[in-house]
Amino acid sequence: MWFRKDRAPKEVREGRTSKVPEGLWVKCDSCRQILYNKELARNFKICPKCGFHFRLSAPERLRMLFDDEEWVELDPGLRSSDPLRFRDSKKYRDRLREAEEGVGPSDAIVVGSGTLDGIPVIIGAMEFFFMAGSMGSVVGEKIARACERALADRRPLILVSTSGGARMQEGILSLMQMGKIAAALGRLAEARVPYVSVMADPTTGGVTASYAMLGDLNIAEPNALIGFAGPRVIEQTIRQTLPEGFQRSEFLLEHGMLDLIVDRSEMKATLARCLRLLWDGRPAA
Amino acid sequence: MNADDGNFEEPILRLRRRIEELSALPDDAAHRKEIEKLREKLERVSKEIYAGLTPWQKTLVARHPARPYPLDYVEALMSDFVELHGDRKFADDAAVIAGFARFRQRPVAVVGHQKGRDTKEKIRRNFGMPRPEGFRKALRVMELAEKFGRPILSFIDTAGAYPGIDAEERGQAEAIAVNLREMARFHVPIVVTVTGEGGSGGALALGIGDRVLMLEHSTYSVISPEGCASILWKDAARKKDAAEAMRLTAADLRDLEVIDEIVPEPPGGAHADPAGAAAAVGEAVERHLSEVADLTPEERRERRYRRFRALGRFETAGPA
Ligand SMILES: [Zn+2]
Repeated sequence: MWFRKDRAPKEVREGRTSKVPEGLWVKCDSCRQILYNKELARNFKICPKCGFHFRLSAPERLRMLFDDEEWVELDPGLRSSDPLRFRDSKKYRDRLREAEEGVGPSDAIVVGSGTLDGIPVIIGAMEFFFMAGSMGSVVGEKIARACERALADRRPLILVSTSGGARMQEGILSLMQMGKIAAALGRLAEARVPYVSVMADPTTGGVTASYAMLGDLNIAEPNALIGFAGPRVIEQTIRQTLPEGFQRSEFLLEHGMLDLIVDRSEMKATLARCLRLLWDGRPAA
Repeated sequence: MNADDGNFEEPILRLRRRIEELSALPDDAAHRKEIEKLREKLERVSKEIYAGLTPWQKTLVARHPARPYPLDYVEALMSDFVELHGDRKFADDAAVIAGFARFRQRPVAVVGHQKGRDTKEKIRRNFGMPRPEGFRKALRVMELAEKFGRPILSFIDTAGAYPGIDAEERGQAEAIAVNLREMARFHVPIVVTVTGEGGSGGALALGIGDRVLMLEHSTYSVISPEGCASILWKDAARKKDAAEAMRLTAADLRDLEVIDEIVPEPPGGAHADPAGAAAAVGEAVERHLSEVADLTPEERRERRYRRFRALGRFETAGPA
């Protein structure tokens, strides 16, 4: 365990469209307006013109939710191994090394312990820029430990998801992380410690079908893609074009899968308000 | 199965045809001797071929249209089966079967996927791909089992949860997630057997148990070989490579400590001898069920938690 230095997120290659380059100006992916980078950063990386939420790195996310820089990273030493010796067009080991060099060593989730508006909490933020936020053994282990830690310390748990789903390069072991995490969340629920799931764009596959949908509260950022099957798979299966807005936050809210859609600028305040309404912070009798 | 290396069964089918032809001829000593010789050869050839199946060939065997499905095992191994229907929320999903039955005198709950044999039944059962209401029906029946202290026997055979608009609208992900959490919390014994395809989250949603068994030529994977190939190789035709790389056979899963036992199949696979396959499944399920039934409910739950909690492989670097 160690105190995380204020580590600026390094440039990432996997970030597709939504990464914010280091230049002075950046173009919004949604409205194509040219934005001043510093202004964007001050505005929670929300486009001031159209409200588009740029993707955040895990450290950026945690800095927005924790009260200060003094939060402690939990289990920073866990590293993916290559249990299947997996190779597709590239070796899994090489993909891992590139991701570690480009993004950081924490795999696809950073878990921290700290306070949110004065409330002691455990927060896990997924890192989409690390292999599309995919869930393998390390993500599963960190979240299971986060649950057990939240239970032991009786601190509410918040998990912020952004993920393409299970990590195929770890095969069946990735699938089993779903069961492992769901079981750990079950224990937390029995102990009546709150768990809030926050979903950012995109949250799909095995992540949605395990912890993302199991929150006491399920909260999403606006217009995030959230679902089990990916839109392309569904299109190929049913051979139809998908309706406008399908699998977006607003669609899920309408279909009863979410409690709230919350703008990123309001997320911390909303989480604090909800936690205080649910939880008095004292240990169970 | 003639494309995609599926013709590995050809020598077996040829021998069977020959035996049938001879059996139709007048019954004399020479024919009988010849048939006897061919039967021995059939057994030997079946064993040889099935001992050397590639992961992709095992995928084809797991999907074989004549492979026994969960209801066939219920039929062969249980009595007094009462199938129960509906999730009490939206519909009855025929891709999932659920109910109560007697297994070797013991009343049990049964849940499983069901693919369907002929075209009409396949469509009715959506090829064994559940929608949320299927998972919720299974959960409802498992909750009854928990309430009345009946062990749960789960049989897994699905390509996966159905990827459709309606399934997403009604919370496919939520339905799977809740099953995972609740199956981990039940106090009653749960024995899971993968009998065919263990396809991703739709399989796991019935797959949390005290023991997880796999038939010798069944598969269990995070995504189908075709799906994996099209994502990682950008080419669905690389499915054989994907099947190799994903380590989806029963032997692989035993090595990775995901399953507890491989249930041997008769020579030529379960579809060549469904009664033999059912006998082997029945023996293994009974043995594991008796073992976990001896534990106290709390002990069983704790061990089940530990079992799944321990899954995964990682390294620990530096300060931890
Ligand atoms: Zn914009």
